Amino acid sequence: MNTTTIDTTGSAPIEFYCRQEPPAHNGTLLGFWFYLMSDCFIFASLFVANAMLGTNYAGGPTGAEVLDIPGLALNTALLLVSSVVFGFAMLEMARQRKGAMLGWLALAGLFAAAFVGLEIHEFIGMIAAGATPERSAFLTSFFVLVGTHGFHVTMGIIWLIVLMVQAGRSGITEVNIRRLRCLSMFWHFLDLVWIGVFSYVYLIGVLR
Amino acid sequence: MSNPSAPGHSPAQGHEGAMHENHGSLRGYLTGFVLAAILTVIPFWLVLDHIIGDFKVAVFVILALATLQIIVHMIFFLHVNVQSEGGWNLMGLLFTITLVVIVLGASIWSMFNENNLMMPTMSVPIQQYHAPAPPHSPGS
Repeated sequence: MNTTTIDTTGSAPIEFYCRQEPPAHNGTLLGFWFYLMSDCFIFASLFVANAMLGTNYAGGPTGAEVLDIPGLALNTALLLVSSVVFGFAMLEMARQRKGAMLGWLALAGLFAAAFVGLEIHEFIGMIAAGATPERSAFLTSFFVLVGTHGFHVTMGIIWLIVLMVQAGRSGITEVNIRRLRCLSMFWHFLDLVWIGVFSYVYLIGVLR
Repeated sequence: MSNPSAPGHSPAQGHEGAMHENHGSLRGYLTGFVLAAILTVIPFWLVLDHIIGDFKVAVFVILALATLQIIVHMIFFLHVNVQSEGGWNLMGLLFTITLVVIVLGASIWSMFNENNLMMPTMSVPIQQYHAPAPPHSPGS
């Protein structure tokens, strides 16, 4: 498996053209990639809604009043570390070390669970303070966008638990490798979407 | 459509098989982590310490840093490059970016314009809406 590595010395010409049909024997990963691309549209349209409605406070609280930037910093760090830790799990998977892989996966799941927990805590605090989703268009778009992201992360955690059980039972088989690589893409993708959320919705949201 | 004599699923096709074994490396993940952390800390610092006074400049800088960080994640975490999946990964990504820019960029553009055009009307005193209707359209 390691006898054929990608040439990184720069001697091979790097060209970008699709000289073959999409690889049918590995269609799942490519198909999952296209699913993520379609997910981009869901998030992109929610970002547009936030861009249009983000200043429609309707006399309610503004972004600077309700958005918690120190809490956001902790949340962002949790998700980033979770993403890297998941990468460590994938490295152990490539080495066929099941125990280490499951350990890193569990750690990644715990970080993501802490992220979701903090987010729910933030939502509950906002709603208790009167900043409910129906208060203004700004809050509606905020809750829908951040909530959709949090829902994705929650589903990712459930998926992670299922795959950990499967890998624990049957080991690092070809099927489990494929499933874990799909989840890996999903995991990193959600961290990528979060960049847009914390940059645009929160950091720019408190400025305007 | 597909070439019937195309190579099958044999694991022996070395070059093609290598494309699907890119799990990244420890160094790659750590490099990505450090870069992402730096690109995260800068915008937080800018906002929390009110470094940039001008709103438009601040928005531009924050969005530029976010774009950079997205590229870092794409390269070091998602391992997107010109060779992954024989180029089809990047092809799908470029297609998506194109559509997102066209559809959503145009949406933002037109909605902002519409907002701007609507604003003067909204500020007109409410009585003007109840002005007597022209005689030739009594029903409306």
